[in-house]
This record gives sequence, C-alpha cells and structure tokens, in this order.
Amino acid sequence: MSISIEARPLEARPPPSQFSAKLQRALGGRAGWRGFAFQLLFVVALIWIGTEIVANVRVNLAAQRITSGFGFLERTAGFDVSQNLIPYTGSDTYARVFLVGLLNTLLVSVLGIFLATVIGFIVALGRLSPNWLLSRIAGAYVEVLRNLPLLFQIIFWYVAVLRALPNPRQSISLLDILFLSNRGLVVPRPIADPGLQPFILALVAAIVAALALRHYALKQLFDRGRKLVIWPYVLALLIGLPLLSALLFGVPVTFEIPVLKGFNFSGGSRLIPEFVALLLALSTYTATYIAEIVRGGILSVHKGQMEAGSSLGLHRGDTLRLIVVPQALRVILPPLTNQYLNLTKNSSLAVAIGYPDLVSVFAGTTLSQTGQAIEIIAITMGVYLLISLTTSAIMSFYGWRISRSLGP
Amino acid sequence: MSDIAAPSTFVRQDLVKERSAPIKTTGFIGFVRTQLLNSPTNILLTVLGLLLLWFTLVPATKFLLVDAVWQGTDRDACLAVNAGHPVGACWPYIKAKFPQFIYGFYPEPERWRVNLTFLLAVLLLVPLLIPRLPDKGLNAGLLFIAFPVIGFFLLHGGSLISFAIGAAIVSALLFLFGGGIRTGWRALMVSLALFAGTGVVIAVLGLEHDGLPLVDTRQWGGLLVTLVVSVTGIVVSMPIGVALALGRRSTIPLVRIFSVAFIEFWRGVPLITVLFFATYMLPLFLPAGFTIDALARALIGVALFAGAYTAEVIRGGLQAVPRGQSEAASALGLATWKTTALIVMPQALRHVIPGLVNSFIAMFKDTSLVSIVAIFDLLGVLQSSFADPVWATPTTSLTGFAFAGMIYFVFCFGMSRYSQFVEKRLNAHRRN
Repeated sequence: MSISIEARPLEARPPPSQFSAKLQRALGGRAGWRGFAFQLLFVVALIWIGTEIVANVRVNLAAQRITSGFGFLERTAGFDVSQNLIPYTGSDTYARVFLVGLLNTLLVSVLGIFLATVIGFIVALGRLSPNWLLSRIAGAYVEVLRNLPLLFQIIFWYVAVLRALPNPRQSISLLDILFLSNRGLVVPRPIADPGLQPFILALVAAIVAALALRHYALKQLFDRGRKLVIWPYVLALLIGLPLLSALLFGVPVTFEIPVLKGFNFSGGSRLIPEFVALLLALSTYTATYIAEIVRGGILSVHKGQMEAGSSLGLHRGDTLRLIVVPQALRVILPPLTNQYLNLTKNSSLAVAIGYPDLVSVFAGTTLSQTGQAIEIIAITMGVYLLISLTTSAIMSFYGWRISRSLGP
Repeated sequence: MSDIAAPSTFVRQDLVKERSAPIKTTGFIGFVRTQLLNSPTNILLTVLGLLLLWFTLVPATKFLLVDAVWQGTDRDACLAVNAGHPVGACWPYIKAKFPQFIYGFYPEPERWRVNLTFLLAVLLLVPLLIPRLPDKGLNAGLLFIAFPVIGFFLLHGGSLISFAIGAAIVSALLFLFGGGIRTGWRALMVSLALFAGTGVVIAVLGLEHDGLPLVDTRQWGGLLVTLVVSVTGIVVSMPIGVALALGRRSTIPLVRIFSVAFIEFWRGVPLITVLFFATYMLPLFLPAGFTIDALARALIGVALFAGAYTAEVIRGGLQAVPRGQSEAASALGLATWKTTALIVMPQALRHVIPGLVNSFIAMFKDTSLVSIVAIFDLLGVLQSSFADPVWATPTTSLTGFAFAGMIYFVFCFGMSRYSQFVEKRLNAHRRN
C-alpha cells in the first residue's frame, strides 16, 4: 500500500477579511461590538437627558416670563460700578458691564500673580535658608496661611483690617505720599508730560543697544573665548539714555500727590478697599503654594549638579544661573502656571466683599436685574474656561517642547 | 655613631602651651552659634526674624490672652471704658455665640441629634484612620454607606418607618458588597447592629410617637453645615470620580471624550460659578413644580465640582498600578470589570489616599463659599454674628476671626499631617 503524495504546491490562502475588524474598531474602539453597543446606549441616554432638560427649561422660562437670547447685552445697565478701568456710566449697556468686570478680574489677577510670585520666592528662599529661625518662620507662614480658607482670609482682610482702619482724616500715611484709610489706599497719580515720548524712545533704544551688546559679548565668548565684562556699559546705557532724554526734553511724568481736603482726599488715585483686601488675600494665600513649589523645584536638582558645576570651574553664581536654575525651572513651571490659574479663578471670590469683578457685576448684579441665568452663567463660565484651556494648551505645548529637547 | 648620642636640637625640650578648647557645636549654645550666628548675613537674618516675631507674636498674645476680657454678658464688658484697660479679645462673645457657631439655628431641644451624629462619625472614622486596626472594608462600608443614611435621618428627621426601610436597604447593600451568601453575613450583622444601636439611643433620648421631628435645612448652620457639605462632597464625589477616571481610560471613544470634557469643564471654572449654576440654573433644568432644597442644590454643585478633581486624583492612582497586574488578571481568566474591581481599583485607591485627603482638605476649605449663596456655614454664621448689636464692639470681629480661624486651622492642619503620615507609610519601602 502506498500513499501517493501529490506534489501540489501549497496555495497561499487569501487573507481573512479585515472588514469586520476594521468596522468594529471604527464604531466601538478597541472594545469592539460591545463598545459600540455601550456607546450607542450612552449617546441615547445623553440625548434623552439633554432633550428633557431643554424641554424643562422652555416650560420653566415661559412660566417665569423670562426672555431668552443674548439681546439683553444691548440694554442699558443702569447701575454704577465702583471701579472701572474703561470709561463707564450707569447708562452704558450690559455688554460694557461685562467688559468692565472682565478687566477688573484681569487687573486683580495680574497684580496678584506678580505679588504672589515675589512673596512666594522670598518665602521659599527663607524656608531653604540655613538660618534656623528664618526657615521656621517661613514654614509657619506657609502652614498657617494655607490651612485657612481663602474666603475666610479675604473677609478677614476686608472686615477686620481695612474697614477697621481710621477714617481719611486720621489715615495712616507713608512719607505723606501713600495714605491708608477705611476708604482704601490713596496713591500718587502719574500724569504724562511732553517729555514722556522721548523718554520711552530713549528707554527702548537703550534696551535694544544693551541686547546688541550682549549678543556681541556672547559672540566674542564663543568665537574667541574672550570674556567681556559688559554690565557697567549696560547699566550706563539703561540709566544714562533715559536720563539724557529727561534732561533734554523735560521729566516724563509728574506725580499728583494726594492732599486731604475736608473729609476726603483730592488728587491722586484711590484703590478701593475691596481691591486692596482681595489683592492682599489672594497674593499671600497663593504665595504659600508658590513657595512650596519653588522649594520643591530647587530641592529636586541633584546636589551633584552643583558639585559638577564647581568642578568645571564655574563661580557659585554662574553655577546657580546656568546649571541649577534652568533645571529647577523645568520642575517649577508647570505647577506654577497651575497656581496662576488658580489665583485667577479664585479672584471670583471678590463677589463676597463686593469688588466689582466679572462674577460680581455680571453673574451677580446683571443676573439679578435681568434674570437670564442661563446666558449669563454660560458666558461667565465660558470666560474662565477659555482662560483655563488656553493656559493648559500653552503648558502642554511647553511640556512637549521640553520632552522633545530631553528626548533621545 | 657618636652624633646619635649628641643632644638633638630637633627634640622639643618643654611642653607646648595647651590650645584652647574647640568652639562648642553641641547643646543650646552650639546650636545658636552654628544655626543662627555663624556669619554676618546670618546674624542679620536672625535679628530680622526676631524683629518679625516681636511684631507678630507679642501683639497676638497680648490680644488673645493678656488684654482679653473673659467674663461678661453683653458688649458693655468688652468696652475699654468699662474694662479699664485697652481691650483685646472679647471671649464672652464667643461663649454666647458658641452654639450658633456649631449648630447654626438648629432648634435647641433637638441638638442632641447633631451631637449623636458627630459622635457616630468619630466612632466610625477613627478606626478607619488607624492603619493597625483590621476590617477596613467593612469599616469604610459603614462610614460611606450606612452613616450617610443614619446621619440624614438624625439631622433631618422623619418617621421611624423610613429609618427602618433605610436600614434594610443599606444592610442589604452591605451584605451584597460583603460577598453575598458566602461571606456577607458579618457585614449584615454589623450593619443591623449599628442601626439598632442608633435606634435604641434615639428611643432613649427622645422619640416622639412616630419618629423624629423634621428640622428644615434652613435651620442648619455653623460647623454642622461646613461638615455636612464637605463630607457629602467627598462621599458623593468618590463614585463620580471613579466612574470618570475609568471613563477617561476607557477604550470606547465617546465615553472617553465625554469624560475628558466633563472633567476639564468642571476643573476649568471657579467653584463660585458652579454654585451660581446650581442655585440659579439647576432649578430651571428640573420639571416644573419640582422644587429642590437650597442646601441640596449647593451639595449637587459641590459634588460635581469635587467629582472632577477626585477623578484626576484617582486617575493618577490607576496610572501607578503596573500594567502587569491587569495582564496577570486576564491571564487568570477574569473578565474586564472583575479585573478592574478586584485587582486594579483596590491598588489604585490605596495609592491615592494622600491625594484624596488633600482634596478633602481643599473641599473643607472651599465649603466656605456656600456662604455666598446664602447658606450659613461656619463663615456665614460668623459674618452674621458681627451684625448683632448686643455684641458690637471694636474687637468683636477680630475675636470672631481668631476663633473661627482656630477651628479651620485645627481641622485642615490635622488632616494634612495625617495625609503626610499615610504618604510616609505608603512609601516606606522606598525609604533609604
């Protein structure tokens, strides 16, 4: 018995159909048909909830006789705002009110970010200081302030400190220039003089010249290995040119010093107490978080980096500037931005003490006057969301750049 | 060989004068020398620090203790004219307002219910916080499932029948979570015992014929509301957070997109706008004629907000669980949801305890915002007490802030220390 083996060449089988797998993946992701079914169910539920809400809103609005749409933005507001960066009167529109509030929010946020950064860095350095007493004081500052609610601190500054200050006639003055009273902080107001334009031009020219000088010095350093000392020239440029312009064309600004007249101050500009309280609370509170971030960042740089720098013959200052700080910044920057964002969002607590920020004048007064809750709250949330998302987009771009520069 | 015997000029003939002892670097003097006064800059910094302390601690002590008024019945005691010296803190004011700070306007004869709730919370919470004690799962189940039901019944009131129904549902749930017919009996027994015990205490202390009298949430206030809002926020945010964190890691595209959008939305807006949303917009979303309690509205807002943050914390924990764990589970033949529920999630949750405590601290501090939407938490009660003419003195507000500040500080500081302790324990294997 012999088995005849046919020497037939093996035919290549056709590849299995990819259609079904591809369809599954397109419809349900990696989970396949099950994912698709789940997804379908999920969307149906969402749509059902959505239509239910829309129907309810229609009925409720009709019952309460509230109009909808954004037409209210064109109507006259009819209330005053205690602080406005752009000209505003009660006869302006709600859209203008929105702008005024937004600018006030941005003002207090930007100033708060600046102050919080300065205080935060100082406290972080204090906490890292080899001086036992100073590091303990800085530590106590951080522990106390970050374990009290921010709103508590804002109201504390407003009620217990600023409103408890004496009236303008007995105000606390600093060198007869700054006056602090229960009406707020009165500071000299800068007034532009004809000398301002040439002054600014001179300043810009000085900065450009200084940058060019730095560029030249760096080129010399890299090409010929010559180290030029340029800081005296830079200093001379930055001080000399504007000074020259001031001498030739007159002083750029004069300051209007506030003077007490009767029961109040005339001249100068007044920072309302709500602004001062909010700014103080926001910056001192956020500074505690910034201090911890900065401290963590500096501690995260390995000791060996500093030692490697000195073994290369760099000065201590150069080691810090060229080796330690750039590495620390990489760790510090993302959480720092997060804190800046938090500060901006927290500035909405202004509504508790009546500082006219976006939430206070728009989601507060405008909402109670028009009753158009949906539009107003949507706009307000949208503004904050826009700020947040923009910042996080920038931060993820930054993270991508860093990871690329560190990558293989 | 002769020069060896010769007297060497190189050998010292007399004793060297003794050197002075090295500068002491131990003990208090040494500490001051090395830590505070070791260089001119440091001396300057030390002087600066001492000045800072002098200008903060001394006035504070003077205000709180030395110049303080301790006895009195109304504002007259706290006026400088009557006290005969500059007046610091006005403690009689705190004494008079203390019940309000803790209970708000909760009716006085019913306050034992609040105390009982606090006591139960402490009894269930403390064993959970001590790592050495066993039965964490059952303990957590009682605290997060049974306690909210008991607490709601105690604080809000209601008929005993509803309490019994709640007891039955909760016990059944715990029985199920405890493992059903095989291992759930103990959970069932403990839960029933807890409910029965509470029932007995209620019966002994003051049961009206068919239950506890209702106390409207508008009468709640003070620390009670602060705790209710923050605890509810964290308890409700847990399931929301777990769901969103799993959704964000899901392979189903629409679920993932929805989770990301939801999380980023709530994290991108300030809490106060969320509370405005809950106060003004949420009622419009509900069917006409369906009213919702003001406190409940705020709680919904807080829970959504906290849920988004908790989701991010939990996602961090999920990422910390090595991939091999879920692969091993699949290799053993576990289904996806079992892998998640039995293998991945328990490990992830253990990792995120410090993060959760931190977000609870943030939650606790943030609850002060509900005072803006007219709910009287500790801060709201404090502010309204300033308006009381009986106690209006120049130092009333500072006294109130000092007292409320101490309460907030004790809670937050205690929790942050606990979170550090847990973190250290979790990272014990990494210590070198």
